[in-house]
Amino acid sequence: MPSLWELTARETVEKIKTGETTAEECVLSIFERIRQVEGRVHAFVTLMEKEALEKARAVDEKVSKGKPLGKLAGVAVAVKDNICIRGTRTTCSSQMLENFVPPYDATVVEKIKGEDAVIIGKTNMDEFAMGSSTETSHFGPTHNPWNPSTVPGGSSGGSGAAVAAGEAVLALGSDTGGSIRCPASYCSVVGLKPTYGLVSRYGLIAYANSLEQIGPFAKSVYDCALFLDVIAGHDSRDNTSVKVPLKDHTEFLKEDVEGLKVGVPKEFFGEGVSEEVEKCVWNVVYQLEELGAFRGEVSLPSLEYALPAYYVIAMSEASSNLARYDGLRYGYRIGRDEKDWSTVYSKNRRVGFGDEVRRRIILGTYALSAGYYNKYYLKALKVRTLIRRDFEAAFKKFDVLVGPTMPIPPFKIGEKIQDPLALYMCDIDTVPANLAGLPAVSVPCGLLGVLPVGMQIIAPPFREDLILQVGYAFEQSTTYKDRRPPLG
Amino acid sequence: MSIMAAPGVKIGLEIHCQLTSLKTKLFCGCSSDYRDREPNTLVCPVCLGIPGALPVVNGKAVECAVMAALALNCGVSGRMFFFRKNYFYPDMPKNFQISQYDRAGGVPLAVNGYLHIEVGKKRKKIQISRVHLEEDPGKLVHLGSIDQSPYTLVDYNRAGIALLEVVTEPDLRSPREARVFLQRLRSILEHLGVFDGGLEGAMRCDANISLAGGTRVEVKNISSFKEVERALSFEIMRQKDLVEKGLAVERETRHWDEARRLTITLRTKEEEQDYRYFPEPDLVPIVITRDFVESARAKMPELPEARMKRFVEEYGLPGYDAGVLVGEKALADFFEDCVKLYHEPKEVSNWMMSDLLRCLYENNLELPESKITPAHLVEMIRLIEEGVISGKIGKRVLPEMVLTGRRPHRIVEERGLVKITSRKMLEETVERVFAENPKAVEDALMDEKTVHFLVGQLMKATGGKADPQLANQIILERLKEVMKKKQGK
Repeated sequence: MPSLWELTARETVEKIKTGETTAEECVLSIFERIRQVEGRVHAFVTLMEKEALEKARAVDEKVSKGKPLGKLAGVAVAVKDNICIRGTRTTCSSQMLENFVPPYDATVVEKIKGEDAVIIGKTNMDEFAMGSSTETSHFGPTHNPWNPSTVPGGSSGGSGAAVAAGEAVLALGSDTGGSIRCPASYCSVVGLKPTYGLVSRYGLIAYANSLEQIGPFAKSVYDCALFLDVIAGHDSRDNTSVKVPLKDHTEFLKEDVEGLKVGVPKEFFGEGVSEEVEKCVWNVVYQLEELGAFRGEVSLPSLEYALPAYYVIAMSEASSNLARYDGLRYGYRIGRDEKDWSTVYSKNRRVGFGDEVRRRIILGTYALSAGYYNKYYLKALKVRTLIRRDFEAAFKKFDVLVGPTMPIPPFKIGEKIQDPLALYMCDIDTVPANLAGLPAVSVPCGLLGVLPVGMQIIAPPFREDLILQVGYAFEQSTTYKDRRPPLG
Repeated sequence: MSIMAAPGVKIGLEIHCQLTSLKTKLFCGCSSDYRDREPNTLVCPVCLGIPGALPVVNGKAVECAVMAALALNCGVSGRMFFFRKNYFYPDMPKNFQISQYDRAGGVPLAVNGYLHIEVGKKRKKIQISRVHLEEDPGKLVHLGSIDQSPYTLVDYNRAGIALLEVVTEPDLRSPREARVFLQRLRSILEHLGVFDGGLEGAMRCDANISLAGGTRVEVKNISSFKEVERALSFEIMRQKDLVEKGLAVERETRHWDEARRLTITLRTKEEEQDYRYFPEPDLVPIVITRDFVESARAKMPELPEARMKRFVEEYGLPGYDAGVLVGEKALADFFEDCVKLYHEPKEVSNWMMSDLLRCLYENNLELPESKITPAHLVEMIRLIEEGVISGKIGKRVLPEMVLTGRRPHRIVEERGLVKITSRKMLEETVERVFAENPKAVEDALMDEKTVHFLVGQLMKATGGKADPQLANQIILERLKEVMKKKQGK
């Protein structure tokens, strides 16, 4: 019999519904697990044990009174610390927001609460989601549960690690340039970045608005689909959220991919992709062929410019988004006695932000400034259009595109942090989906010793059903979903 | 030398009008009724720029702005983009303002409009380069002057209020023209029902001024019609003075200091801000369809130009009167309400144009701030018509009506201002006036034209209440008697 913390969301809900266990027992088991491993993983910034147990008891009361239960009844969910929860500090892993307590719930938080999920805590991340390793957190790095000396990926490293380590059943992350898929890949869990506009961003503290989406982390593709359905949907509070008919994504999950056309973009295997990773991903492609898919190669030539275009856009938007952190209304504040506001702002921002955040603000400010706007920002927007067109052309021939999520396996903590460009290069295969606004999922597809490898599946807008279907078929044909990190 | 004589004055205006008819702010559901409210109470995560909150465009604001653009004869864009204008300032919760931009791929809501203004006898066309929507920043509160205040307080109740920005070409040639333009703009927006210019701070303006093709200087912080004339006149004199002394006019931004009535340097060209405009990623472009524009057009009420024409045709008013009345929507409405009750348009117009406007001006009031109602003015005119009071008393009663809102017949009764029509009473007074002014009586006997002095004395003695016709008649009779007596001697 597995421990309660080991259950998937689907199993948890089922057992609570049938009375086999209670939400309280499940949540207690989760916190027991957290006490056991958190010292080695450091997935959380804030734990919410008291609130979680209260919520679990409320769910149990519903069960005992025979009231209808939500889709995530009693499921322990961790929330990335850039998603606002009313009354719980939300730090973005930054000193700047160390004591910031939002006065409202993000739309996704309202939704998961409404489905009786139990929020257990806020997860660690790269400061303001700027990074791919969760090393830029003001609260220190998160460790990869598979190998604590390596990074869990980022920026949603805490969410990926929490699910992998059994400290949460599900977790919310945000993905601006790969921040869900990267840690999903590195922690060997399922992580999905939805189509831009499918999930409300209301309450997500912005890094780069035009690129990012909130999305699910889960132990299985089924759980991922279940969780996605809870958070998806139009929100009148987010102008960029799109009105599309909602699907029940769990219905599309079947064990074959008969007749599905799978494209392999050659640019996804360019310079910097390790041979081992390449091999793992090709094995996936062959496996999909076994399962009935048709395979073909495809080229998206403009992907060559994806990385620089992504960083120009992301940093430009960030420079404006993060301007509000001046310490006047909330957040980090020193130098109260200064005579003029500009000195106060400068001091607060110089000390309140970490190096990587300041680097991106400065670069973004530069890219938007007079005389450089056309050269950088506008050009990046043009590249973005070209990339979108390349994808459109590719999707005329293929249903989904498959490639590696990360070009290399998890690297050592501290190995790349002094070399920002090397770190930026890790996003080479994840940023295209953000630039084009496409849905993409990372599904575990290999273990190099204790170093997980993930494969990425990309589909046309609002075809999450396709990537989940492919992911599910592959997952069911392998044993990766049953492998656990060696944490004891 | 007069300011008007300054050569080659070119003035362009950038006007910000709050769309005061909206119940809520531009990007959130907070109430826009912020005046006289407890500071920082009409705020939410969106207008406070709390992390994670997102703006949503108030659709009604877009409709109001489209109507305004049409009324200003602009071409309305098919798509509307919001841009971020980035700069740090404590009145901006996000340290950027959501605005619109005409470069970097941006398109303002509307472009290429114009307005006609009449200055003196001349009709001029003032071109409007663009009209767009943006959010108002919060309000900084200082103790006294900004230079000396020991603190700055920030009130975000105003943050996020919908502002309509109207930018003119530098077609205005004098401070007077600038003022007339602003008044015309205000009247149009008020007629559209999107704006109430009577509210404090609802219309603010920046101006750029150059002399004889010289360097352009921008003046900010002009808060009213009166101020615009003062600020521009000061700035023109300042520039003229520099030119006459052979000094250069610097390209800079200056601040109109209302208290001291002068402009001071805010920042020089070197310190000009780089606003790093870029498209607001949280707001998707709004498609403005032909249908939307046409339905907005269909909803537009009668505008000043048409109303003025109607006042001339329907009420037989002189063009000048019609122009003055329609210049302010409240005046025109008041006039028409009066005419509904009392169909002597010219009579109503006369009272409004002369006495009512003077009284408002003297008391520094806008018509809506005063207490007088159309019914009361009509009642007063009727009292005169019916002979209950004289016109002179009417002029005395009006200011009290304006200030207190009391009905004219009550004022007249209480103060005993009813016209004296009793022959006996007037005869007694005439007797006294004659006794007290023997010299004047002599004069009047010699030259009948000087009779008016005696009439005046009688009016004075009766506090203006004497029925003028009867008074005149009695004085003439009495003079004849005096004459007879003299001849009889």
